[in-house]
Amino acid sequence: MAIPRFWRETPSRYNLIGTKCKNCDTIYFPPRLICPKCHRKSIGKLEPIKLKGEGEVITYTVIHDGPKQFEMQIPYIMAIIELDEGVRLTAQIVECESNEIKIGMRVKSTFRKLGEDGKAGVIHYGYKFIKA
Amino acid sequence: MKVGIVSYGGYVPTYRITPKEIGNVWGVDGDVISKGLRIFGKSVPSPDEDVITISVEAARNMIKRCEVDPQDVEAIYVGSESHPYAVKPTATIVAEAIGAVPNLTAADYEFACKAGTAAIQTCMGLVASKMIKYGIAIGSDTSQGAPGDALEYSASAGGASFLIGRENVIATINKTLSYTTDTPDFWRREGQMYPSHGGRFTGEPAYFKHVINCGRELLDAVGKTPEDYDHMVLHQPNGKFPVRAAKKLGFNDEQIKTGLLTPFIGNTYSGAVLLGLANILDIAKPGENIFVVGYGSGAGSDGFDITVTENIKKMDRGPNFSIQSMVDNKKFLDYATYAKYRGKIKLREV
Amino acid sequence: MREVAIIGVGETRFGEVWDKSFREIGIEAGLAAIENAGITGKEIDALYIGNMSAGKFIDQEHIAPLVADYVGLANANIPATRIEAADASGGLALSHAYMAVSSGVHDVVVVGGAEKMTDVGDVQAKEILAMSADQEWESVFGATFAGLHAMIARRHMHEYGTTREQLAMVAVKNHKHGALNPKAQFRREITLDMVLKAPMVASPLGIFDCAPLSDGSASLVLCPLKIAKKYSDNPIKIASCGQGGDYMALHDRRDICTMNATIIAARKALKYAKKAPKDIDVAEVHDSFTISEILAIEDLGFVKKGEGGKATEDGVTSLNSDISVNTSGGLKAHGQPVGAVGIAQAVEIVLQLRGEADKRQVKNAEVGLTHNVGGTGATAVVHIFEVV
Repeated sequence: MAIPRFWRETPSRYNLIGTKCKNCDTIYFPPRLICPKCHRKSIGKLEPIKLKGEGEVITYTVIHDGPKQFEMQIPYIMAIIELDEGVRLTAQIVECESNEIKIGMRVKSTFRKLGEDGKAGVIHYGYKFIKA
Repeated sequence: MKVGIVSYGGYVPTYRITPKEIGNVWGVDGDVISKGLRIFGKSVPSPDEDVITISVEAARNMIKRCEVDPQDVEAIYVGSESHPYAVKPTATIVAEAIGAVPNLTAADYEFACKAGTAAIQTCMGLVASKMIKYGIAIGSDTSQGAPGDALEYSASAGGASFLIGRENVIATINKTLSYTTDTPDFWRREGQMYPSHGGRFTGEPAYFKHVINCGRELLDAVGKTPEDYDHMVLHQPNGKFPVRAAKKLGFNDEQIKTGLLTPFIGNTYSGAVLLGLANILDIAKPGENIFVVGYGSGAGSDGFDITVTENIKKMDRGPNFSIQSMVDNKKFLDYATYAKYRGKIKLREV
Repeated sequence: MREVAIIGVGETRFGEVWDKSFREIGIEAGLAAIENAGITGKEIDALYIGNMSAGKFIDQEHIAPLVADYVGLANANIPATRIEAADASGGLALSHAYMAVSSGVHDVVVVGGAEKMTDVGDVQAKEILAMSADQEWESVFGATFAGLHAMIARRHMHEYGTTREQLAMVAVKNHKHGALNPKAQFRREITLDMVLKAPMVASPLGIFDCAPLSDGSASLVLCPLKIAKKYSDNPIKIASCGQGGDYMALHDRRDICTMNATIIAARKALKYAKKAPKDIDVAEVHDSFTISEILAIEDLGFVKKGEGGKATEDGVTSLNSDISVNTSGGLKAHGQPVGAVGIAQAVEIVLQLRGEADKRQVKNAEVGLTHNVGGTGATAVVHIFEVV
């Protein structure tokens, strides 16, 4: 992956920085420039907000056939998580057995390696989730 | 000028493997090794964990339980012998991940297992001289032991982070001193995956000589005797060396107990003495004295004389942060999964 | 607005076509459609081609003029346009060709869809497929295309009680249909047990719940309905097209078990064609995964929300039942050359409405529908077709 493509997203990937629409108070992750609810009225009113990184599992899957980047982690759990701030994201759930994961389970964010550009390339870090 | 610990945080990976499980693969009686080294299990990082993730988790645990604004942190030093990059600092990633960028200085340290204590000394100097307000010193490792080597039974993963400052300290560092010589007992050459060591040469002329001399000089320098301390922690490459060294210095089992984590999580290298100290601070009471001597191969020892203050009572030392809860939260792996997680299985190249 | 008809169809066999290149399969389907329409190259005003990712699959962009050139039209200097909407590229190319003819800009238009997926390895092909999801906020974190659909399936099971067996029955049905289609990649029936015991891809979806990686191309010739009889004895009218969009990432949709893009696309298409879901005799819906067909038949209005699994189990969607769904075998058995899917669906509906579908013919089929989805539902395209 091109270095700047990942690098420019590090605030959100490292620290769950989203945006809050000052017009309607809705929180978005990843950051948005325009609020889908307020449209024009929201321009210039989306402010950065740091999410706490706690929430619950909306749905999940155990991936057995994964991309090259993840072959050492197979089988691994992916989930859609609703954070307590109301916003949802897609993330891996680690250190959880396939038979432990459930819809509604409480989870919290952790800082992990997401991938790397080969053995000699840059390493990518960001959020994953563990059982709360 | 009084300098001390404002906050601290640790991180120990969840996975463990036992010497017995490792021994089975090499036709060795793991129980005998276990008794010989006094190691009952060692921590193993997940495939997505490395020194950077461990350092970030430890630093975040440290920041979460103090009032300090990360923007007031003006220095970060991360000591490790398993930095994921040979060139490109771990410290900058930690700084970004805790929100301390951009107005700070940062660098990575390497001095075998004592790079973390060297980082504390650097922060003490900068804080005491008022060059900086707060500094972060981290010791963290995902140490490598070559398959089948004696080190494979002990080399583990973990780290701890200390926030050094002048105000609101939970423990005062009264004194630090070091004892350093050129002693090649353990090393890893550039580009080598696994470290090499001098076998029994790592004992008397290396670990014991440096730890005991540093310890004695520290006692002399502060004018204290072992009886003046409530707790003590030494570098702990296995469960036996630190006990033997402590006895030689005149300490008893009760003083050693809390700081000795290697029997349960293995040798976390740069993280070892700092995790031991963190575990002591988790239970320490105001006014208690702590004696610390780290050791790094190559070789040197850093000693610290520490006194706990009243402020420690305000700190959240509950299960969300305590080292003991991380030690207790464990899942055991078989050797095959361990080999997979540690990248010891050769994958197809693309 | 002029009424538009399809006067020619062509399709390659779908599957692993090792000995043919992208341009060869593109030409094969295009020429077959031109032949079927009985037109000459000189009469063609424009070419549209749906393709998802030639750049990634064969390192070639700018494929519309490439196909026009190799089909022998370079000297004609006609406009050739590629349309991309991930898996919905074919369906969207058809919409644009339809609009071009309907508006009066062009008279005779060839619209094709082509994808060559086996020139890269399996792992890479699946990574390319996942590019129709949000790379930065889904794929980077390890979500595969199958994984995203598996999460829809898991939630559908949770909310509506859909069973693993009901998912599997979609694959069993579509293989049964595919066995009757000489152009299908998989021409053999499978049992429920085979689906249930197949290796997991992303739980609860196993290997038989996923459409394959395929090479293939399909093509149509369009012209104004008024002049269609000049070329064809049995032109099929395109009654309407509808397209809907939605949030790019699955997690941004509050109800991940509903594809709003499909609902909107179907509503527009049905309204314009003055039809209701019950008027549809035969439908080709986007079953890239078994759960996708369950969502499709719900969101297109064939069955109530949440009852897609039960309806499949009851055989409502089998050949010559209430509504014959995926008589071609669907993406599952017919094959999934991504950019060609939307066109291949239209080819099947034309064959059905002409009464040329042979062993898989739907009796008295008069109205047909195609449903083509991009990504996990950020794009959906619906077309309705009628006998004239």
